[in-house]
Amino acid sequence: MTEEKFVDNPDHPLEITDSDIDQAITKYPFFVVDCWAQWCGPCRMLTPVVDSLAKKHQGNITFGKLDVDNNPATASKYGIRSIPNLIVFKDGQKVGDIIGAMPEDRLLDEINSYR
Amino acid sequence: MYDVIIIGAGPAGLTAGIYASRANLKTLLLGSSFNPSLITTTDIIENYPGFPDGISGFELVDKLTEQAQHFGLEIISHDVSSIEKISAEGSDAWEIWADQKNFQAYSLIFSTGAEYAKLDVPGEQALTGKGVSYCATCDGPFYREKDVVVVGGGDTAVQEALFLTKFARKVTLVHRRDRLRATGVLRERAEKNEKIAFVLNSEVEEILGDTVVSGVRLKDVNTPNSAKQLRADGVFIFAGYVPNTSLLTDIVEMDDKGYIITDDQMRTSVAGIFACGDCRQKLLRQVVTACGDGATAAFAAELYIDELKGTSYEGRTIDTK
Ligand SMILES: Cc1cc2nc3c(=O)[nH]c(=O)nc-3n(C[C@H](O)[C@H](O)[C@H](O)COP(=O)(O)OP(=O)(O)OC[C@H]3O[C@@H](n4cnc5c(N)ncnc54)[C@H](O)[C@@H]3O)c2cc1C
Repeated sequence: MTEEKFVDNPDHPLEITDSDIDQAITKYPFFVVDCWAQWCGPCRMLTPVVDSLAKKHQGNITFGKLDVDNNPATASKYGIRSIPNLIVFKDGQKVGDIIGAMPEDRLLDEINSYR
Repeated sequence: MYDVIIIGAGPAGLTAGIYASRANLKTLLLGSSFNPSLITTTDIIENYPGFPDGISGFELVDKLTEQAQHFGLEIISHDVSSIEKISAEGSDAWEIWADQKNFQAYSLIFSTGAEYAKLDVPGEQALTGKGVSYCATCDGPFYREKDVVVVGGGDTAVQEALFLTKFARKVTLVHRRDRLRATGVLRERAEKNEKIAFVLNSEVEEILGDTVVSGVRLKDVNTPNSAKQLRADGVFIFAGYVPNTSLLTDIVEMDDKGYIITDDQMRTSVAGIFACGDCRQKLLRQVVTACGDGATAAFAAELYIDELKGTSYEGRTIDTK
């Protein structure tokens, strides 16, 4: 199952959970996880932005989505206090947080600043 | 060339969109691609007529959008960055830039709403998203069994403080005045709620914390040089609003806070530009008044367009002056 999920160069954000996030962090050298929840308005605005970036930057940036309601361990491990919150992982390490919804070009700049 | 371009996709703009497209005006609504309507940040609207059980902000905006699209309203998610006056076939018209694209219309309806005012105190910006929040529905669930401070004394502050009691162990409401401004029902509910404590006559002077919020430093407004600290895991700020009207600076008349001044037909000081909802100067900023304004603005724009195109019916012009 999980082998199928973590394909090499996905063109869409992968559904990440508490139990497989570590595997994804290890596999993808530049990995951005969009932490969201159903009840969060700004998160809904960010969803199409993240989808679009995942497609445009396929093979370059890998995106994941994590529902904080169903995956509280990750939210607490990384000290998330606000969503939307994108956690940026580089070579298996957390290198930053991007907080709040923003337009696509600004989000891309923020992500790239962690390269 | 559009008859009307509406800027801002909150209750005011969407209602204007319903009315304008239903009136067969060629209408475009430009809404922000990343800033949702303020109403989506509340969990339940109890005072919007017709919904006795309340409705969530999101659901309401979704329904308004659906209703507007049903009448053929074109909606594009682009943030408007500038506005310029042009001339089209001898009439005044407006050119709008949004996301490096341009659009033109004979009339504009502004429904850009307002955004949260910042407290402007040390620690606020650095700790935003790390304990400082302006949205209880977004961030409340991260404060299960934690202690939070809510800043403000109006309806929004009290309503959101009540919402936060679902999660937090303790909610301390800090307000500058000696009593809350919030409406009776809300005030009563808050006073009865055992989780809510009040610190009145007090201002937040600093938000404390290294990487995450650890507390606030307060000043008693009646006692100079008094400082006290309050431990907290989160600080929710509801200290008023700033209108999103910078696009119209130097174009239409505004009050000293930047709210657009209109007459009761939602006409601004410039012919062809209308404003509705929270961005205009008015007494009560709520969904129901935003919707009312939106309907009026669309109808006034329709009359303006009719006049411009020389198709006005006798008796339909309402220039009351
Ligand atoms: C926490 C909270 C609780 C509330 N509870 C209630 C309640 O219970 N009942 C009630 O009636 N009211 C409530 N309100 C007030 C209500 O949200 C507002 O009165 C209402 O949303 C105003 O509608 P509007 O359409 O004027 O503006 P908004 O809903 O703010 O919409 C304006 C939109 O325009 C967009 N915009 C701004 N600039 C641009 C631009 N340049 N280009 C494109 N788009 C732009 C904004 O991003 C936003 O999406 C509450 C507000 C808050 C914050």
